[in-house]
Amino acid sequence: MTDAEAHAEQAGMAHQFENLEQQQEADTLGIWLFLVTEIMFFGGLFASYAIYRWLYFAAFEGGSHILDIRLGAANTIVLLGSSLTMALSVRSAQTGNRRALILFLIATMILGGIFLGVKAYEYNEKFVEHVVPSLDWAPEGQTLARLAPGGLDHAQLYFFFYFAMTGLHAMHMIIGMGLLLWLVLRARKSSFTPHYFAPVEVVGLYWHFVDIVWIFLFPLLYLIGGRY
Amino acid sequence: MSTATLEPRVHAQRNYLNADYGWKSWLFTLDHKRIALLYMVSVTFFFIVGGSFAVLMRIHLIEPQGALVQPETYNKLFTLHGVVMIFFFLIPSIPAVLGNFLVPLMVGARDLAFPRLNLLSWYIYIVGGLFTLYSAIAGGVDTGWTFYTPYSSTYSNTQVTAVAIGVFITGFSSILTGLNFIVTIHKMRAPGLTWFRMPLFLWAMYATSIIMVLGTPVLAITIFLLALEHLFHVGIFSPALGGDPLLFQHLFWFYSHPAVYIMILPAMGVVSEIIACFSRKRIFGYKIVCFSSVAIAVLGFLVWGHHMFVTGQSVYAGLIFSMLSFLVAIPSAIKVFNWTSTLYKGSISYEAPMLYALGFIGLFTMGGLTGLFLASLATDVHLNGTYFIVAHFHYIMVGGAVMGYLGGIHFWWPKISGRKYPNGWAALAAGIIFIGFNLTFFPQFILGYLGMPRRYAFYPAEFQVLNVMSSAGATVLGVGYLIPLVYLMWSMRYGPIAEANPWGATGLEWKTASPPPTENFAEIPVVTEEAYAYSAEEAAGD
Amino acid sequence: MSQPIVPQKTYLLVFLCLIGLTVLTTGVAFIDLGPFNTVAALAIAFAKMLLVVLFFMGVRHSSGLVRIILVAGFFWLALLIAFTMSDYRTRSWTPAPDSWSTTAPPTHP
Repeated sequence: MTDAEAHAEQAGMAHQFENLEQQQEADTLGIWLFLVTEIMFFGGLFASYAIYRWLYFAAFEGGSHILDIRLGAANTIVLLGSSLTMALSVRSAQTGNRRALILFLIATMILGGIFLGVKAYEYNEKFVEHVVPSLDWAPEGQTLARLAPGGLDHAQLYFFFYFAMTGLHAMHMIIGMGLLLWLVLRARKSSFTPHYFAPVEVVGLYWHFVDIVWIFLFPLLYLIGGRY
Repeated sequence: MSTATLEPRVHAQRNYLNADYGWKSWLFTLDHKRIALLYMVSVTFFFIVGGSFAVLMRIHLIEPQGALVQPETYNKLFTLHGVVMIFFFLIPSIPAVLGNFLVPLMVGARDLAFPRLNLLSWYIYIVGGLFTLYSAIAGGVDTGWTFYTPYSSTYSNTQVTAVAIGVFITGFSSILTGLNFIVTIHKMRAPGLTWFRMPLFLWAMYATSIIMVLGTPVLAITIFLLALEHLFHVGIFSPALGGDPLLFQHLFWFYSHPAVYIMILPAMGVVSEIIACFSRKRIFGYKIVCFSSVAIAVLGFLVWGHHMFVTGQSVYAGLIFSMLSFLVAIPSAIKVFNWTSTLYKGSISYEAPMLYALGFIGLFTMGGLTGLFLASLATDVHLNGTYFIVAHFHYIMVGGAVMGYLGGIHFWWPKISGRKYPNGWAALAAGIIFIGFNLTFFPQFILGYLGMPRRYAFYPAEFQVLNVMSSAGATVLGVGYLIPLVYLMWSMRYGPIAEANPWGATGLEWKTASPPPTENFAEIPVVTEEAYAYSAEEAAGD
Repeated sequence: MSQPIVPQKTYLLVFLCLIGLTVLTTGVAFIDLGPFNTVAALAIAFAKMLLVVLFFMGVRHSSGLVRIILVAGFFWLALLIAFTMSDYRTRSWTPAPDSWSTTAPPTHP
C-alpha cells in the first residue's frame, strides 16, 4: 500500500473495520437497509390509502380534482431535476471535482427548496378553500359541489391522506435539505476524495428515495379518476 | 490478592470494564460491550416496573370483586404492564443486551458496524422509556397495550399521546439495532467464518434483525396515525367518520405478531448455544435450525390476522391466516425436535444455564402447542378474549423468552463480568422460577378454558380458587426473579475470577479473555472449524 | 462502493425520460380509460421508479445483496397491502345470515 493510500485509508476509516472497502460496503448496506425501513414506514400509509381509496373512490376522486394538477406535475419535474443534480454531485465526488460537487449540491438544495415552496403554497390554498381536515373543514361553493357527491366525511379522509402523506414526505425533504447543507459544509473543507465520499453517496440514496415516494404520491393523489 | 484460575488469563488486568472510569466513559461509550451493559441495567429497571404492575394485578385478582384497585385503575395496570414488558423489556432484552455484547465477539470483529448508531439506539430507547414512564405517572393509559381504536383514538381520556410517542420513539431503537446486526453479520465476519460455521445465536440475531427492520416501521406509522387521530379526530380509524377500526388492527398486528418472534427467536438462539455446550455435542441438524430461524422470521409476517378472528374480519382472510398460523408452528417444532435430538446421547450436565434451557424447551413447547388451539378458527372463537390467551403467551414470553434471557445471562455472565456466580443459588433460583411460573400460569389455561375473560377487574366467584393459586404462584415467581439479582450483583465483587472459557464452550467469544479487552481480540481470529466442534466423533455423528 | 463512473450524458438522458413519463402520466389523466387510468398511472410511476433506482441510485452496478434487499422491501410492502386488502375485498362474500338478530345484551355479574 502506498503512503497516499494509507493516508486516505486513515482519513475516513473507522477502527472496527479492516479496510476502507469493507467500511464502504457496510455503509452502503446500512443505508439500503434504512431505505427498506422507510419503504415500510411510508408503506403503512400507502396501504391505508389503498384501502380507503377502494372503499370511497368517488370521494377520493372528488378530492383529487380540487388539487392543482399543473402545480403537481411541475413540482414533480422540479424534484426529478433535484435527483439529477444529486446524481451529478455524487459523480463529481467520484471524480474528485470539488467545485462541481458543491455546485450540484447547492443546485439540489435550491430545487428542493422550490419544491417545498410550492408545497407550502398548495397547503395555503387548502386553507383558503377550507378543506383542511379538523382544523379548517368547511368547503363551500364549487369545492363543496365537487366533494359532496362522494360524501363529505369520506372526502375529509382523502384530505387527511393528502396532508399526512405529503406532510411526511415534506418532513423527509426538510431533513434531506439539512443533510445536503451538512455535505456542502464538509465538501468546502475538502473532506471528500475519490476514495472517500461515502456520506455523499448515502445522502444521495436517501434523496433519491424521497424522490421516488413523490413519484408515487403524484399520481396517487393528483391523478385519481382522471380529469376528462 | 490470590485468585483461583484454571488457566492463565490473557491481558490479565486490562479489560473493557476497567479500561476507563467515570460516568462519561459509560454514557458516551462506543464500545458495544459497555452499551450492552447500559441496556442490561435499563431493561432490568423496566422489568421491575412492568413486574410491579403485574404484582398489583395479581393481588387485586385474589378477590372476585377485586381486592385492590378501581376497575379504571386495573385497566391502566394491565395496559402499562403490557406496554412496558413488551416494548421495554422483552423486545430489547436479548438482542440489545446479549446481542450487542456477543455479536461482534462471535463474528470475530472489534465492534459492530456502526458503534455510534448503537449508542444512539440506547439513548432513543431511554427517551422512549421516559415518555412511557411519564404517561404512567401522569395518570396512566387504559386502552390495553394493543391500543385498539376507536377507544384509544377517540374515547379514552388517558395519556394515550404520551405513551404513543414513547412507543414510537423506542421503535427506532429496535430498527437501528437490527440494521447494525445485519450489516455486521454480512460484512464483518472473521476470515473463515462462513455462514454455515456461524453459531446459531448469530443466525437467531440475524433472523430477528430482519423482523425488526421490516416490521417496526409499520408500528411506527400506525402509532403515528393513532396519535394524529387522537389529536385531530379525523376519523381514519373511527366508524363515525367513515374510518375502519379494523384497519388499525391490521396495521398494528402486521408488526406486533412478528414482534413476538423478535421476542422468541433470540431466546431460541441462546438455547441452542446452551444445549450444545452442556450436552458437549453439536446441535443436531444445524443447517435445518438455521433455515428454521429464517423461516420463522418470514412466515411470522403472514399470520397476523389470527389476532382478528372474532373482529368481523373476512372469514376467507381468516381461513388463510389460520392455515398460515399452523404453518409457522412447524419451524419452531423442528427446533424443539433438534434440541431434543441434541440431548440424546449427549454428555449432559445441569449447571444453571442448562436448567434454564431445559425449562425453556418444556415451557415453550406447551406455549407453542396451545398456540395451535388458537390458530384454529373454531376453537379460537371460544378462547379469544379469555385467560387461555393470557396463559398461552405468558408460557412463550415468560416460560420461553425470559427463561432464555436468564439462561443466556447465566451462560455468558463469566464472559461479561469476569466473575463466576454460586451455582447452587443459581440452580435454586431456576427451580423456584420454574415452579412459580407454572403455578402462576397453568391455572390460567384452565380459567380461560372455563371462560374467564381477560382484562377484567372482577370475575365470577367460582374462579377464585384458581385465581388465588395464580397469585400465589406470582409471589413465588417474584421471589425467584429477585434471587439472581442478588447473587449476580454479589458476584461482581466477590465472585471467583472467571477464566477465558469456564464452560469449555466453542465459539469465538470464549477464545478471548473474561472480561474481554476493549478491542475484543488481540488479533482477529481465523476460523477453521465448524460450529460446535465439541468432539470429532460427536460432530461427525449427525 | 467501487462503482463505475456513469457519464453525465446518461444521467441527462434518464432525466429527460423521467420528464417525458411525467408529461405522459399527466396527459393520460385527461383521457377516460376507466379503471385503466389507475393501472396506467401506477405502471408509469413504476417505470419512473425503475429509472431512478437503476441509474440515479446505481443499482445497475450494485451487488446482488443490495438488489435482494430492495426487492425484499417492496415485496414486504406488497404483502402488507395484499393481505390487508384481501380482508376488505372478501368481507362481502359471507354476509351475516338474516336469521341472526341482535337481542338484549346479557346481564353482567
